[in-house]
Amino acid sequence: MSLLELRNIYKIYGDLHALDDVSLTVEKGEWVSIMGPSGSGKSTMMNIIGCMDKPTKGEVLLDGVNIAKESAKNLTGIRRDKIGLIFQQFHLVNYLTAVENVMLAQYYHSMPDEKEALEALDRVGLADRAKHLPSQLSGGEQQRVCVARALINYPEIILADEPTGNLDEANEEIVVDLFHKLHNEGTTLIVVTHDPEVAEVAQRTLVLRNGKLHKEVINQNFTGKIQFEDRQEVQPHA
Amino acid sequence: MKRSSMYLRMITASLMRRRSRMLVALLSIAIGATILSGLVTVYYDVPRQMGAQFRSYGANLIMTGTDGAFTTEDMAKGLAAVPADALVGAAPFRYENVRIHEHPVVAAGTDMAGAMATNPFWRVEGEWCSSDGQLLVGKQIAESFRLKTGETLTLSYTPENTEAAEDVTLDLTITGILDTGGSEEEYVYLSLHDLETLTGEAGTLDVCELSVQAQAEELKQYAGQISNAAPGISAHLVKRVTASETTVLSKLQALVLLVTVVVLALTMICVATTMTAVVTERRKEIGLRKAIGASDKSIITEFMGESMLLGGLGGILGAGLGFVFAQQVSLRVFSSDIRFQWLIVPVTIAVCIIVTGLSSVLPIRSATEVDPALVLKGE
Ligand SMILES: Nc1ncnc2c1ncn2[C@@H]1O[C@H](COP(=O)(O)OP(=O)(O)O)[C@@H](O)[C@H]1O
Ligand SMILES: [Mg+2]
Repeated sequence: MSLLELRNIYKIYGDLHALDDVSLTVEKGEWVSIMGPSGSGKSTMMNIIGCMDKPTKGEVLLDGVNIAKESAKNLTGIRRDKIGLIFQQFHLVNYLTAVENVMLAQYYHSMPDEKEALEALDRVGLADRAKHLPSQLSGGEQQRVCVARALINYPEIILADEPTGNLDEANEEIVVDLFHKLHNEGTTLIVVTHDPEVAEVAQRTLVLRNGKLHKEVINQNFTGKIQFEDRQEVQPHA
Repeated sequence: MKRSSMYLRMITASLMRRRSRMLVALLSIAIGATILSGLVTVYYDVPRQMGAQFRSYGANLIMTGTDGAFTTEDMAKGLAAVPADALVGAAPFRYENVRIHEHPVVAAGTDMAGAMATNPFWRVEGEWCSSDGQLLVGKQIAESFRLKTGETLTLSYTPENTEAAEDVTLDLTITGILDTGGSEEEYVYLSLHDLETLTGEAGTLDVCELSVQAQAEELKQYAGQISNAAPGISAHLVKRVTASETTVLSKLQALVLLVTVVVLALTMICVATTMTAVVTERRKEIGLRKAIGASDKSIITEFMGESMLLGGLGGILGAGLGFVFAQQVSLRVFSSDIRFQWLIVPVTIAVCIIVTGLSSVLPIRSATEVDPALVLKGE
């Protein structure tokens, strides 16, 4: 059984088909990138997989459960237990310290454990920033706190909607490296991105266009490591 | 770490690290609590204060004999029926006809300390009598006989029911002139012991005036207790004082109650408005909490906890300030210290917590309606 299966999903707003008959299967442990122009339905799809929204039509099987049919209350529980979310805008609680933000996810999930939360921050290289408030952290550091928060409860899937969209290259590399580690540990990853370099590190890239699955690319030489192209322009000789 | 300690850490962080935001809410609660606890303190202290004011107009209970024979023993029995802490003062009076320079005058034998306590409004030019052999002269008597303090005056008494032709006389020193604006000015006052010496008859009395610290109902009850304490004595209320005390009191208390209700309503509106603003301002945070797995119940518990903590802090602040406020009112209106009711502190805090909790119900319910997908959307 696949971990995630979307069967003929539609999301319709008025006469806009944000998702138009999308079918998709993701296996446990896979690392999938989703690309597509703005407005193509990427976030809509992520919200449905992330149990924050329901499709107008179609089935979404997560671990064999059709989440399209679940009540809002059950969806909250499923999201809490199986899903780790990372957003483009970082989204941290601004009056809680880095470690408290991580503990918040533990708190809703089961038991807050400061030691474990500190270990998670250590994993993302922020052990020395644990007591800082989000406003005292750089964008890259904030996003790494979000990664620590997403992974703290050992979710089955980590959903990241443009996680590197607001990051510089150095931080982009750190975050992608973290994804690579998570992938090696068997975590399933679905990452929406505009950046081909980030997309290419995944095993598979899906491209959405106008709410439809436009194409699927298998990354043959998958390494999980980001490789920046040499951007130096060659100066023509005089 | 326990979930409860994380919970406390969260809600205190929200209040402490968002201080400037919460200050407005805290202030509105504290001001409400100040006025509330202040008014309630005044409300409970007013009867005592008013009682003190009214008692300065004289005795509020009169004890007499029913069969004409009223003795010091009867008085002692009657006084025993009134709790000692409620009794402000008791003054026995025995009136006898005496003569000054062959003119008839009424002499009253009393206990000077008791008379002073039951009649705080009596004004004495000179000194109150402090021992036997001294005399307090009513102003009118002093005028008609041209008496001055420090002079010695001879009182003559003709014993009744005796064959003796000789009058008994007693020399007394005038220590003060009594100015009351009432019939007391037509008497001379001396110690009971001196009057007994003069008349040769001890132990009898005419009345005993009492000043008792009690409300009308209680006072009636004490009167009954005195009447039952011994056969042949009865006590009755001095209507004029107690009745007006009760009317003024109930009007004043009604006013305080009304203001209290209005303040409570205003505080609730203010807190509800603030909480609505807080929720609106924190829609993103609520959405985020929901996205990472918070149930509606958790959201409600967190915001309720925050607002109740806020209420508690406002209550503590308000209870303290309220005492200062009540003290000021008391000093200005009654010119006396307020008696602090410790019970008002926990009650104020509890009321603040409940009021903030109640006024937060609607805003917090709207917090649970936040759609995480919508508020967390990019842009
Ligand atoms: N709640 C909504 N109501 C109406 N239209 C929406 C809503 N959410 C998304 N859309 C529309 O659905 C389309 C897909 O949006 P989205 O999934 O956010 O795109 P992407 O993330 O790929 O940029 C867009 O045209 C957007 O305007
Ligand atoms: Mg999007």
